[in-house]
Amino acid sequence: MYVAVKGGDAAIEAAHRWLAHERRGDPALPEITALQLREQMTLAVDRVMAEGSCLDRDLAALALKQSRGDAVEAAFLLRAYRNTLPRFMAAEPLDTGAMQARRRISATYKDLPGGQVLGPTFDYTHRLLDFTLAAEGAAPSVPEEDAEGTGPMPRVTGFLTGEGLMRAEAPDDGEAPPDLTREPPSFPASRPLRLQALARGDEGFLLGLGYSTQRGYGNAHPFVAELRVGEVEVLVEPPELGFAISIGEITVTECQMATQFAGSREEPPQFTRGYGLVPGQNERKAMAMALVDRALMARELGEEATAPAQDEEFVLLHSDNVEATGFIEHLKLPHHVDFQSELEKLRSIRRRWEAERVAARKEAAE
Amino acid sequence: MSAAVQEAGGYNFAYLDEATKRMIRRAILKGLAIPGHQIPFGAREMPLPYGWGTGGIQLTASILGPRDRLKVIDQGADDTTNAVSIRRFFQRVAGVEVTTRTAEATVIQTRHRIPERHLTEGQVLVFQVPMPEPLFRLEPRLTEARRLHALGDYSLAQLRLYEDIARQGETGSSYNHPVMVNGRYLMSPSPIPGYDNPKLHRSAAILLFGAGREKKIYAVPPWTEVRSLDFDDHPFRPMLAAAPCAFCGSRDSYKDEIVSDDRGGRVFVCSDTDHCRENQS
Repeated sequence: MYVAVKGGDAAIEAAHRWLAHERRGDPALPEITALQLREQMTLAVDRVMAEGSCLDRDLAALALKQSRGDAVEAAFLLRAYRNTLPRFMAAEPLDTGAMQARRRISATYKDLPGGQVLGPTFDYTHRLLDFTLAAEGAAPSVPEEDAEGTGPMPRVTGFLTGEGLMRAEAPDDGEAPPDLTREPPSFPASRPLRLQALARGDEGFLLGLGYSTQRGYGNAHPFVAELRVGEVEVLVEPPELGFAISIGEITVTECQMATQFAGSREEPPQFTRGYGLVPGQNERKAMAMALVDRALMARELGEEATAPAQDEEFVLLHSDNVEATGFIEHLKLPHHVDFQSELEKLRSIRRRWEAERVAARKEAAE
Repeated sequence: MSAAVQEAGGYNFAYLDEATKRMIRRAILKGLAIPGHQIPFGAREMPLPYGWGTGGIQLTASILGPRDRLKVIDQGADDTTNAVSIRRFFQRVAGVEVTTRTAEATVIQTRHRIPERHLTEGQVLVFQVPMPEPLFRLEPRLTEARRLHALGDYSLAQLRLYEDIARQGETGSSYNHPVMVNGRYLMSPSPIPGYDNPKLHRSAAILLFGAGREKKIYAVPPWTEVRSLDFDDHPFRPMLAAAPCAFCGSRDSYKDEIVSDDRGGRVFVCSDTDHCRENQS
């Protein structure tokens, strides 16, 4: 007989031991190390790092190991950890224009200063399972690096801005951007807040939203003006020094989309910029983010906003996967008190419904 | 396993199995019988991602025979990465002869362009199509769009055209400008520049359109009437960069704009690399 659960302590203990056992898998095989994950599951680690909003690949790899490869659970672990860290200061804005790009492509020009650099990409691989990977082999050779390295890579959107065809961004108002990890978001949200939320938002959610704008739900006509992946320096300016110093490098993916804007009474027809920036290498998300960023401009551009991706509250309040998974999965918690009152309610309504039907039938018979 | 040669370890000739090819060929025949009408088909997962040309690849795989000569272009050029990749794919799984010369190809798979050189009878041009539904920006729901096609009700598209002209003096679509096929169906020509639209009209070659992700095939048989959507007093006007090609000097070909420096320098070259080569030789 199933008895109402008491002795939760013992059950939780046993569940945790079982979980640890499942995580380890077959003990006859060597245990995977966080270091191996960091080096060989790089894109999974990058995703966890971005959505966990904690730019440390070692910690992200550890989280991934602990979560048995569950990316959202791993992001959750990282978020919980980062909240415990003291904050010293905010970094200077990253200069992605000075990026050491490993990959830089533009879909809008066949060739351009700085060139098209494919870099390490799946884009033109044929998706045929490579069974040789099932066996362990020697490390593949790396193509020799260009002795000259990559030259300067001016931003593609700069060419369009120079010609006046790209809508100018609002100038820097000198104000510190809001921090959604410290203050609750308020609506209507500013663009810095929006971009912050999107950068840590769930890749799958943004992917679906971005895709919907391409299929008529939001009317985007996007072009990838530029996509670049590489390392940027992180600078901080300690107040006691009075000048900026470098504290290291991080890998980021930046995407700038050019999208048509029909113009208005005040502004001529032009391109507008959707912007995506994601820590680590994650082109799918950077592109989806740029699409959603542009869709969310509908209000300020005076465009008709009818699609989900154009609805700021809808997008920003549902893009965080730690929040979303928490609320969806909380349905697994006991709800029997509410459910009991629901049962009583339903029985009461049903009794009335039955009684009314009987009365109606009697009336019809008479 | 008839003519199906085992080309690339374990895969059938041209990758798809024969039953799938037959299903796709039926859809092609139906498409040719009802010009411009979208035929749903059971698109397969391909080893290249959606958006890279899975629809076009499935069409090409279904019509390719061992004696065909294949040309693949993207943005008009044979040397663009995606064209190289798809060409390599068919060399690997079908072992067919490939060419960059428009005149020599029996099957040409293309993304975003129609070759400058007039195609001839016997040639097949396979288009990669991202969004087969010409009304999707006006009516994203497929059930409703299908009803509008059935009724031949294209007032939404005409109205959009009218609004564009009223607002900015010309139509808003510079590429993927919708066409009426055989006076009956409104059709997306795929994102080719408006400059290429007139080449669809009474084309000697068979035009096949494949959308893998959206699972639709449509077709235009040779010599079919294809008109760009317009108004009598505002006829369709294709756009062309005024500058001549920096390589071959051609003034009437479609050009790529290449940024030569970050001080506003621009060079214009033919987008159709084979056409440019012919002009230079």
